[in-house]
Amino acid sequence: MADDIKFTEEHEWLRVEGDLVVVGITEHAATALGDIVFIELPEEGTTVSKDDEVVVIESVKAASDILAPLDGEIVEVNEPLAEDPGKVNEDPLGDAWFFKMKIEDMSALDDLLSEAEYKALIG
Amino acid sequence: MTTLNRTPLYDFHVSQGAKMVPFAGYDMPVQYPLGVMKEHLHTRAQAGLFDVSHMGQVMLTSDQGVEAIALALEALVPVSVTGIAQGRQRYGIFTNAQGGILDDLMIANTGEALFLVVNAACKGADIAHLKANLPAHITVTEITDRALLALQGPSAEAALARIVPAVTDMRFMDSHRIDVNGAEWWISRSGYTGEDGFEISLPAGVAADFAATLCEMEEVAPIGLGARDSLRLEAGLCLYGHDIDITTSPAEGNIAWAIQKVRRTGGARAGGFAGEARILAELDDAPTRLRVGLLPQGRAPMREGTPLFATEESAEQIGVITSGGFAPSLEHPIAMGYLPTGLAATGTRVFAQLRGKRLAVIVADMPFRPSTYKR
Repeated sequence: MADDIKFTEEHEWLRVEGDLVVVGITEHAATALGDIVFIELPEEGTTVSKDDEVVVIESVKAASDILAPLDGEIVEVNEPLAEDPGKVNEDPLGDAWFFKMKIEDMSALDDLLSEAEYKALIG
Repeated sequence: MTTLNRTPLYDFHVSQGAKMVPFAGYDMPVQYPLGVMKEHLHTRAQAGLFDVSHMGQVMLTSDQGVEAIALALEALVPVSVTGIAQGRQRYGIFTNAQGGILDDLMIANTGEALFLVVNAACKGADIAHLKANLPAHITVTEITDRALLALQGPSAEAALARIVPAVTDMRFMDSHRIDVNGAEWWISRSGYTGEDGFEISLPAGVAADFAATLCEMEEVAPIGLGARDSLRLEAGLCLYGHDIDITTSPAEGNIAWAIQKVRRTGGARAGGFAGEARILAELDDAPTRLRVGLLPQGRAPMREGTPLFATEESAEQIGVITSGGFAPSLEHPIAMGYLPTGLAATGTRVFAQLRGKRLAVIVADMPFRPSTYKR
């Protein structure tokens, strides 16, 4: 598993699933955000560029944005998550994925952080 | 870089694992490991301990007695200060010549003096205002050798009574001086959560031990500024600098209830306070805008600064949200803000603009959750 999961400096994780990439936020990010109470997911079929704001996520404390980690198309969103935002605090790396995207250039994943590099980043 | 002040409970907060943040010049706990949501719910279910030592504690004394102090303070505060009986306290506001609000405060009558509690961010300005405008016979003293703690929630009385048994005899807005182990504690039955509870002014040197003793009790957990804000929002209580400020009058801020009849047109001590022309006129008639409670119709929290519109299409902004967030006890977003008086009736539907979308918001009664004061 450690091999097909990548991380961004914005505390997202990306897991390759066939020709798609599943995107969520890390446990570190979920803990820092606090109790999550609202999630607004993008529309399926949206074409996004790296760093576009694609998900709005709000905790009891504040609102934050989740940025598109790479160029591509949002092909599936985790609709049940919008009904149960607290899942992000409970299971950020599993059930609480945000969306699946089709990446134009899968080799762009190589530029992202490995699990060891991400762990070093968050100390 | 400016150095942050620390309250007498700083080490206690750190020992409890608090996340500390700068607030009004102080290094304050925004949350503990429990987190904002659980801290909020714990306070509603049992009891929460808050450090509010950053707030200003001010004593007004005079050789002419407390009546003379109260009468003089009525020139700065448009409430009936002379009507505060010994051992009682009342909510008040400082107003300016334009009828705006300089700060809100609590005023307690100790029998010999008036004891004020003012907001941390305003305390320097408030003390200067008092010194500049009260007559020379009144001495204004900032109390800096005391901590101020709040214990709030349905178990607050039982928890505090283990240390100070006399608190069981107090009712809402009583303010008593109670001897505890040879020291005088100033305790009021009041707070900022909508819950029954107490605010306790005690010597700084014993505050950390008191906080630790309380938090060893099953019912009591330390609560940070994050939950303090969501609790007061559910209770419909104003946060100065956000929901009321120098541009808002008492009537606009929907705190006209704080101004007793005796200070209004036709009352025995009508007027005679800063900004009386505007304040009295708006009490007699109606202000052009009002602070109201707002219920966002979706799940999206609407925060301070979110603009309000009359319809889904209208171009002209008619109001603004001044406080808002997720209400843990209601499991729903809530907000407060200003609307034109004609659109301020409960049930009126308006629209907030959030991330480019117009979302429905319904004007709602406050408090959002019924208060549980022990009257």
